[in-house]
Amino acid sequence: MLKYIVKRILFMVPLLLGITIICFFVMHLAPGSPTDLQTQMNPKASAQMKERLQALYELDKPIHIQYWSWLKKISRGDLGVSFSSDHRPVADKIMERFPITILINFLSLLIIIAVAIPIGVLSAVHQDSLFDKIAGVFVFIGFAIPTFWLALLLMIFFGINLGWLPISGLRSLNYEYLAPWAQIVDLAKHLILPLFISSFGGLAGLSRYMRANMLEVIRQDYIMTARAKGLSERNVIYKHALRNALLPAITILGLSIPGLIGGSVIFETIFAIPGMGQLFYMAVMARDYPTVMGILLIGAILTLIGNLIADVSYAIADPRIRVS
Amino acid sequence: MNLWETLYRNKLMLAGSGLVLLLLFVSLLAPWLAPYDSGQIDLTNVLASPSMKHLFGTDQLGRDVLSRMIWGARISLKVGFVATGVAIIIGTILGAVAGYYGGWVDSVIMRFVDIMLCFPTFFLILAVIAFLEPSIWNIMIIIGLTGWMGVTRLVRADFISLRERDFVKAAKAIGAGDLRIIFLHILPNAMASILVAATLGVAGAILTESALSFLGIGVQPPTPSWGNILTAGKDNIDIAWWLSLYPGLAILITVVGYNLLGEGIRDLLDPRLKK
Repeated sequence: MLKYIVKRILFMVPLLLGITIICFFVMHLAPGSPTDLQTQMNPKASAQMKERLQALYELDKPIHIQYWSWLKKISRGDLGVSFSSDHRPVADKIMERFPITILINFLSLLIIIAVAIPIGVLSAVHQDSLFDKIAGVFVFIGFAIPTFWLALLLMIFFGINLGWLPISGLRSLNYEYLAPWAQIVDLAKHLILPLFISSFGGLAGLSRYMRANMLEVIRQDYIMTARAKGLSERNVIYKHALRNALLPAITILGLSIPGLIGGSVIFETIFAIPGMGQLFYMAVMARDYPTVMGILLIGAILTLIGNLIADVSYAIADPRIRVS
Repeated sequence: MNLWETLYRNKLMLAGSGLVLLLLFVSLLAPWLAPYDSGQIDLTNVLASPSMKHLFGTDQLGRDVLSRMIWGARISLKVGFVATGVAIIIGTILGAVAGYYGGWVDSVIMRFVDIMLCFPTFFLILAVIAFLEPSIWNIMIIIGLTGWMGVTRLVRADFISLRERDFVKAAKAIGAGDLRIIFLHILPNAMASILVAATLGVAGAILTESALSFLGIGVQPPTPSWGNILTAGKDNIDIAWWLSLYPGLAILITVVGYNLLGEGIRDLLDPRLKK
């Protein structure tokens, strides 16, 4: 097992290098140099400041040297200093917003698992039933609906027409004066719509996948064997079939991580949640390049870690993987 | 079995092709279908709710929402087709080369795919836009440049299974060059899955464009797009529901149309996937 994990981690190294190369390439897409754009927006920027910036980013050196020194910097956790007026280190700005994004993505993942797996399994077990058909329509719409639009509709309905749920931020204005339990209720109320929106897309994907998987497993010989030896249908489905159908779902969950993280830009912006996605959006709008690059890099690394966790969990759950 | 019979048998696909055709007509006939000039500002009639005069109401500048949505259909389809075209061309070439040659060429291309897949697509698109200007051409190309990986995997898989077939050996035996074999002999056999990927890709590209425009980094006003009408919807969320409802519905219907068509084609061409 340990050998497998080490192998997986070693496999990540070239990917990680590739990620940094693409990030570096994106950084050099800007017409002119990054410093041009930084100084253009600031009429007070002098030629001297421009030179200083040039030296800071080592733009006067050949490109492979630039890459190497950038790589050395990021490997120390130094993502540079934000272009925005606060001039804070990008790493700090990301770290303070990181927990909320991870919390929402983690909760979404739990919701996706808790809702999509039962839907998929029930659809497969009762194939072509009314439930299966309704679930099918739900899945189809889930794939096609723009989540930001769904968010707007829910905000109009629950936030404005009914007035049940807050539509922006994570806390009410009077949050600090609330009793501890009321604070939790307040936070939960603020999280309901964002969590619903961020898990919605993933729900459709996983439930469809679970259904297909379950249908395939049910047709296997060992299921017939289980039935033949007289096990109850309940036992056959939930002990023998479900376990085998669940395994590949781990991979699908791993694959859904980049989508979830990418989606955080949309729902954090709509619901004004102070997370990494919102920071990314603001940085893009303000052309705060160091912050944009920092979050792009972290987003890719998070995906890599998510995939590693998925692979390792799969290996733990399925002995066939770690042996081969 | 002729085409009409096939279409009739697959009613969902029929519905999908109907929607796709309808949209094509709307966007081609936009200048004649739109009841008003989509850029006509009327500050005396701002945020008017839907009425007989303005079926879908007016926006924050008094422009007719229906007219803007009709022109928006054109933008959506343009983005959908061009972005998908870019993705399909890159994906097909890389997938064909990887699958046909195998070996280290295949390894290099597929590792590149793995790396690209590590990036949350939306992050990558936004980052590139931050460095370039958010114009409609840039948007189309960026969506295409970040969406070819699935096509590459698909085409590669097809090529790996096709390259050992007898007709390929025969072509080699009569001295056909690699390019000729790849594009004239194998590729036509892989067109089915490419067509399906393209149809579903249009839907995905339209969704991405609308999200970008909604965030204000896609199609820029005053050019109307379904996404940027929704931005106005969000800004006026408590007073003008029609700005939020109708453009989103248009996106949903379009995406449903392309998805139905794409899955219909897949069922048709690949009988194994049929239940």
